[in-house]
Amino acid sequence: MSGMKIGFISLIVVIAIIFGVFLSADQITSGHYGLLMLALIVVAIMLGFPTAFTLMGLGMIFAFINYRLSDPDLTFAETGDRVFNLMVNSAYGAMTTDVLISVPLFIFMGYLVERANIIDKLFKSLQVSMGNLPGSLGVATILTCAIFATATGIIGATVTLMGLLALPAMLRAGYNVKLSAGAITAGGCLGILIPPSVMLILYGATAGVPVTRLYAGAFLPGLMLTLLYIVYIMVRAKLNPALAPKLPPEELAIPFAEKAKLLLTSFVPLALLIAFVLGSIIKGWATPTEAAAVGAFGGLLLALAYRQLTWERLKEAVFLTARASAMVCWLFVGARIFSAAFGLLGGQDLIKEWVLSMNMTGTQFLLLSQVIIFLLGWPLEWTEIIVIFMPIFLPLLDHFQIDPLFFGLLVALNLQTAFLSPPVAMAAFYLKGVAPPHVTLNQIFAGMMPYMLIQVLAMFLLYMFPQIGLWLPQMQYGR
Amino acid sequence: MQRYLLWIDSLSTWVGKTFAWSVFILTLVTVYDVTMRKLFSKPWDCAFDAELMLYGVLFMMAGAYTLARNGHVRGDVLYGFFPPRMQAGLDLVLYFLFFVPGVAALAYAGIGFAQEAWAAKEASSYSTCPAPVYLYKLIIPIAGFLVLLQGFAEIVRCVRCLKSGQWPQRLHDVEEVDVEKMKHKLGLDDDAKGPAK
Repeated sequence: MSGMKIGFISLIVVIAIIFGVFLSADQITSGHYGLLMLALIVVAIMLGFPTAFTLMGLGMIFAFINYRLSDPDLTFAETGDRVFNLMVNSAYGAMTTDVLISVPLFIFMGYLVERANIIDKLFKSLQVSMGNLPGSLGVATILTCAIFATATGIIGATVTLMGLLALPAMLRAGYNVKLSAGAITAGGCLGILIPPSVMLILYGATAGVPVTRLYAGAFLPGLMLTLLYIVYIMVRAKLNPALAPKLPPEELAIPFAEKAKLLLTSFVPLALLIAFVLGSIIKGWATPTEAAAVGAFGGLLLALAYRQLTWERLKEAVFLTARASAMVCWLFVGARIFSAAFGLLGGQDLIKEWVLSMNMTGTQFLLLSQVIIFLLGWPLEWTEIIVIFMPIFLPLLDHFQIDPLFFGLLVALNLQTAFLSPPVAMAAFYLKGVAPPHVTLNQIFAGMMPYMLIQVLAMFLLYMFPQIGLWLPQMQYGR
Repeated sequence: MQRYLLWIDSLSTWVGKTFAWSVFILTLVTVYDVTMRKLFSKPWDCAFDAELMLYGVLFMMAGAYTLARNGHVRGDVLYGFFPPRMQAGLDLVLYFLFFVPGVAALAYAGIGFAQEAWAAKEASSYSTCPAPVYLYKLIIPIAGFLVLLQGFAEIVRCVRCLKSGQWPQRLHDVEEVDVEKMKHKLGLDDDAKGPAK
């Protein structure tokens, strides 16, 4: 299986690097233990053990090694006490990171909106509004995905629901399988980038960049990526109409009043909810926590208004929120313990020394770090990349005079590619799970490739014109 | 054995689901505070502490529940392709190597941490609100031991999988992506007659 091969190859590469570093070092310092720690975490993640606990275990073991090395005179129990202190303080630190309060709230909002059962109306309304545009169904798919994924932030649910709704609709209209599959998978992942996204909160908490700035910054790049997807579909449809045939006229002949009603009952409420939540954050009327709570409350009202709010569904949303929050926040606890031990060992200093000795320019460093993050996106999940690897890059930014906000926006775009890169792209498997049997996984993967290239193009554009990301936050909050 | 296993599962699940409601309370408390502050200029002194504690309690107490649902992030690059026996063997080794020492240390460290706060009857340092920080800190050892307990249940699962070559079944619970339910909601049931709308 090709996935397994790639996995094994990366595993072997990591182990080879560990050996290489240890054999080439003149003298093993505690910093080298830090690097060993880093290599072991990658290996352990690839072996599939729950990452939060791998981080905790490794953090504990290496904190012990550190205290042993730095203070050999201490008794075993005294060293242990120091390790315990480090662990419990890291955990309590995560419990008092106020930026993260909005995480469960946004997740809750997402599950409530998802359970409001609004997506089929939304898709229908956007589809009829697109009218006779080239590739209209594909454009409607991207737009539905973008709005729904933005409001919910749940990739799995968005891709699955669109796989059930939009894929059969597109295939019935004679759309190309790859083009359709790519539109759904790429569109479904937009929720991770377009605020309010949990990824940006986690980055903010890790990098110490205000979430408000990140949200203001990521808004236009997210919009740009959505537009690029739409333009791509329209151009493909225009150049080769066989890929995306026009809908028969009878399907387009829908009276204006009906169109307006469809839009008013699906697109408008959802767009208002997002605009209100996002607007109040960016405008500075509300903190992310406050806006998230109001958003969750709005989701509750939305589900109520659509008569979809049963006791059963509310319970489901609450329980799913608890699990998703625990997943993110326990990972954060583990990462804090891990980073504390890594910092104590001086792994960070060693990396800094190496990077500085390479005499890179700011541009080269930026490029290198983004390539590394891109490669890490294959075996690792975005949560792991943010909480484990960002703390390593971030202290270097200052030296190269790179704005952590700008870096964060590039990372957020970059991690979009991780969702579409085979063989581990989650989105593809969700789609395969509900696609008609004749749609193969390879077709879905092939369909995702052009969208992945568009993501790289979007990164390039943002890099060339940083104002795409920085204009809004600078206008709102100054430099 | 199976009885104890399911007992631990249901304990974790019950605790997780009970404290899961703090997200609901968190929503209401925050909305209430925003309304009072922005519309009536009547800030509530304890709002921040209440929000922070509800958030912390929510995720800490759901840790064991999430583990019982196999819901913690794990890398799938290789793991997903392994046969169940190999998965169980790897998990078993790593549970003893990383999980048990890490989580046990956290839970144990939490006891002393909470005791200290308890002795001082520590209150909030953010505001004049008398928020019981000593109770909040008690969450660390409690959540830690719950996760540890659930970890032992998972270890037993690994052993049983090693023996039988199949992962033992878990209790049924709500899933994020439940295709059948989604089909039903969209009116696309397999048994529905005729083409889907």
